[in-house]
Amino acid sequence: MSEVDAFVYDAVRTPRGRGKPDGSLHEVPSVRLSAGVLNAIKARNSLRSHDVEDVIWGNVTQVGEQGACLARSAVLLSDFDDGVPGVSINRFCASGLEAVNMAANQIRGGAGRAYVAGGVESMSRVPMGSDGGAIAVDPSLAMKAYFVPQGISSDIIATRHGFSRTDCDGYAVESQRRAAKAEHDGRFARSRIPVEDQNGLLILDRDEQIRADTNMQALGALEPSFKVLGESLPGFDAVALLRYPDLETISHVHHAGNSSAITDGAAAVLVGNSEFGGETGLRPRVRILATAKVGSDPTIMLTGPIPATEKALQSAGMNISDIGLFEVNEAFASVVLLFLSEFGASPDRVNVNGGAIAMGHPIGATGAMILGTLIDEMERRDIETGLATLCIGSGMGCATIIERV
Amino acid sequence: MGGFRFATDHRGIATITWDVPGRAMNVMDFEQLEELEGLVDRVLADETISGAIVTSAKSGFSGGMNLEILAGWRSGLSSNAGDGKSPAAQAFDRTMSLHRLLRKIECGRPGWGDPGGPAKPFAAALTGTALGIGYEIALACHRIFVADRPDARIGLPEIRVGLFPGGGGTTRLTRRLGLMEASRFLFEGRLLAPAPAVEAGLADTLVPPDELDEAARDWVAGTNADTIVKPWDAPGGGRVPGGTPYHPKGFMTFVGASAQVHGRTRGVFPAAKAMLSAIYEGALVPFDTALRIEARWFVSALLHPSSTAMINTLFLSKRALEKGVARPAGVESREVNRLAVLGAGVMGAGIGYVAAAAGIRVVLLDRDMGTAKQGRQTIATLFEGQVKRGRITPEERDRSLENVVFTDRYEDLAESELVIEAVFEDPAVKSRVIADAAAELNPETVIATNTSTLPIASLASAAGDERRFLGMHFFSPVHKMKLLEIIRGPKTGPKAIGRALDLARQIGKTPIVVNDARFFYANRCIIPYINEGVRMVAEGVSPALIENAAKRSGMPLGPLQLVDETSIDLGVSIARVSRAAMGENYPPDAAIADDVLEKLASLGRLGRKSRGGFYAYDSRGRRKGLWAGLGEQWPLASVQPDVLTVQHRLMLIQALEAVKALEDGVLTDVREGDVGAVLGWGFAPSSGGPFSWLDRIGPAEIVSRCDRLRELAGARFDAPESLRKMARSGNSFYGHLLDSSPVTA
Repeated sequence: MSEVDAFVYDAVRTPRGRGKPDGSLHEVPSVRLSAGVLNAIKARNSLRSHDVEDVIWGNVTQVGEQGACLARSAVLLSDFDDGVPGVSINRFCASGLEAVNMAANQIRGGAGRAYVAGGVESMSRVPMGSDGGAIAVDPSLAMKAYFVPQGISSDIIATRHGFSRTDCDGYAVESQRRAAKAEHDGRFARSRIPVEDQNGLLILDRDEQIRADTNMQALGALEPSFKVLGESLPGFDAVALLRYPDLETISHVHHAGNSSAITDGAAAVLVGNSEFGGETGLRPRVRILATAKVGSDPTIMLTGPIPATEKALQSAGMNISDIGLFEVNEAFASVVLLFLSEFGASPDRVNVNGGAIAMGHPIGATGAMILGTLIDEMERRDIETGLATLCIGSGMGCATIIERV
Repeated sequence: MGGFRFATDHRGIATITWDVPGRAMNVMDFEQLEELEGLVDRVLADETISGAIVTSAKSGFSGGMNLEILAGWRSGLSSNAGDGKSPAAQAFDRTMSLHRLLRKIECGRPGWGDPGGPAKPFAAALTGTALGIGYEIALACHRIFVADRPDARIGLPEIRVGLFPGGGGTTRLTRRLGLMEASRFLFEGRLLAPAPAVEAGLADTLVPPDELDEAARDWVAGTNADTIVKPWDAPGGGRVPGGTPYHPKGFMTFVGASAQVHGRTRGVFPAAKAMLSAIYEGALVPFDTALRIEARWFVSALLHPSSTAMINTLFLSKRALEKGVARPAGVESREVNRLAVLGAGVMGAGIGYVAAAAGIRVVLLDRDMGTAKQGRQTIATLFEGQVKRGRITPEERDRSLENVVFTDRYEDLAESELVIEAVFEDPAVKSRVIADAAAELNPETVIATNTSTLPIASLASAAGDERRFLGMHFFSPVHKMKLLEIIRGPKTGPKAIGRALDLARQIGKTPIVVNDARFFYANRCIIPYINEGVRMVAEGVSPALIENAAKRSGMPLGPLQLVDETSIDLGVSIARVSRAAMGENYPPDAAIADDVLEKLASLGRLGRKSRGGFYAYDSRGRRKGLWAGLGEQWPLASVQPDVLTVQHRLMLIQALEAVKALEDGVLTDVREGDVGAVLGWGFAPSSGGPFSWLDRIGPAEIVSRCDRLRELAGARFDAPESLRKMARSGNSFYGHLLDSSPVTA
């Protein structure tokens, strides 16, 4: 264990906007979304630029307006002065949490007193995949790694572990119900910062994709999203079966309603050591007990939360039963169902305020968003420990264990 | 002695005419490549020459590379290391010098990449078939004229022998057509007749054969240097049609290509992987760099043991067998002009069809005219299919059908030169039909029985003179399956074998000649394959794992699907007959598989034909997944074997049987064993057949796998003595042929 502890002092996020041209945040450049949350965390905590060692910014699709080190661009557009550097990182869907973990570990290692970590993704403006990537395209790699798109991977999980379409749809309905209730009860209010224009006019102040009225019947009508890709063109199921020869076929259970939606959003987390708190007078909210990242099989791809959680627990010297509350990113229903079945965690303690199936998954930001949601809820319920974890493209996992101070 | 002639006409147009002496078709070798380069240099250097056409004096342009020379050179690479160079370095240099030659043609300049001097146009004037390197030369030219001969074929068949086009064909065709359009030619080795080839963009201009020379010559005369620059040599480098890998247009094409190649080849064809990598990497760089990348991947494919094995089996050995390597000495080759087939069922009609299609007059006999007419219908339908696919004209169909006579009278057989009995698999019926036919025939006429299971010796006496009697095991469907298993009975004479080989050549089948023993060769090996799969079901191995393991090893069908296709009651009856015939020698543990088949048969699940077997089917016979009831009958074991163990069981059980067939003298030549296995029952084609597969893995490793499996699965995995001996001595089945191949597991 490190002698220096890392604490989270604050966490903010934008609302999650529908990641399509008709989404509310589509008009906002990702650098401005980023600067907005940087400004919010600066203002709320009366930060001075020299307090901040670095801005570590998760961002997946680093091309176009998100290219050329968006982190530094965001700092330059923000109210921080030029003395604050910035670094963009890409751990795919866990980028936002990885940014926090990196900040925490820098602090634990003695490099700096405070960081702003988080991330952004404007998926409506910079489409996922528009940065290319050898993993899917370079035949030497794609074949060696048995590449399939992650939707197929989520269906492999469902097939291997026997999660039916009904199981997945049931989970999705519950996610919507919980998110709607959380919204109704104002549980996101503490950390969610409205996005406004340059005149202070409101652009978006709520997560705009929650569908409180979703039910099994409505979801049942949706076509599976990955059936064609898997079974006919180009036929990824054949690749999946080479890697998982114990399966006869892949059952395609995921669709738009039980997987996370394309979304725009940003989030920022203020991480610092105790000295930072002492000097600024800020009160730490949670201590970061353990962080973990793992590589896992790239074909099934999305099982990383299991070994990442185990690794984090081991590093913290804890058992799964020591954790009071979980955020397991709802990339696809089967990912969370697998987590529940592998750890036997009570569904009542996992994603209690819904998740990405209901609210969407702005991939570079989500990790930081769910950490903030976890902290807020731990405080609301007066729970001591929490764990956030996400599955990651190309077969990785990321986890963070926190405890209230 | 050169392969090319050179002439210039009054307009200053040079003609490079390919005409390999003593061969019906031009094939390329290393000397001729040097010769061609000399002629190209001459065109480029001579100021009085304005351009050139490259053509052939034969009715075809080229059949491609001489694979015998290529294989010989490839296997000699490590032994005669030139200048201490590694085999890879030698192969790479060779490939790059081919690129240098073709780039001289393509750039029309002496030093390719050298911008100096005006470029000279080259036209390819393809007189007919242009395959492999032959077509790659044409692709380097500035315009491809092709003579309109419907029987000619244009394309790049390299993938079929475990290679890919390494003379720039991969790179040029991709840049000419785009990956999407080019893939059927590159990855499936699809060949097209000239007219569709022009339509598909493989060639530019279709001309009547007698106008070919003039058309090409006129084009060269009327062309100036500015118009002949290939898109990829133009400023800006041109665009790959359909988009490059990271262009939004091309992205999904390339993503999909990896998945398709991976899925379809199940990852066991190294050449397909290498080719796709060459295409992908090449699409991202300038043309000359792309050629260098193509060369690197080509060398990796060429040096891969799978390619060596595939070339050996699917080209060299196959061709040797087709040329009659098994022909008995002193028996002259003679055309079979009149064939009689006894029995107008599926097999009889199939044999009649392939013979009639080859221009042989066929008498098809059955016990009554009604049955014989059904055979006629079968044949007519097959010819009709060819017409529909545009392979033959209605006139050709009618002519061929006229070649078939249907009868129920044995006296109509009298003039036949070869008689094939193809009635159903019942020894009594077969013997009677054979005897009835023999009574009407000239005593010299060869009689064959088409049987897949009955020993030839048991039927021979019906033929009278047993020297004229033999087995000809056709595979079903006859018109699709390329293998003909010729069975030499104990008394079969050399003339009978010769006749059977004559027919095989005429109808385009690849023959293997084996000695008479239960199930001959092919069925002898495939029955244990099926039984091993069936047996694992009884052991509680997941049926999906069994089927997928087979496919991962390169088998086209899993054992359970295969037995569903061939029918489960056939399996039951084979087991019953074998049990009766072998008596005490019938392996006691074989009952494990037999019981499974009997159980399914008792449930009325006889395979696809009954719309139920190991698989479920819909009413039209389409597979709908493994039958859900399997799990109730044979519950899954709680611990499943790893997939490699299942793969080893399924592959070894076949290969060990092939070795035993060799030990028993049923097989006399491992080449026949390999070709027969790949063509007969689809034994993992990428392996080159069981003997190539055993050699590649190495007898020592095989013996140790056998020892492991013996413990795990039973005595049938005992390594045969000949294998143990090889493991000790370090020998292999092919000996010197594969000496230079790296051995990998």
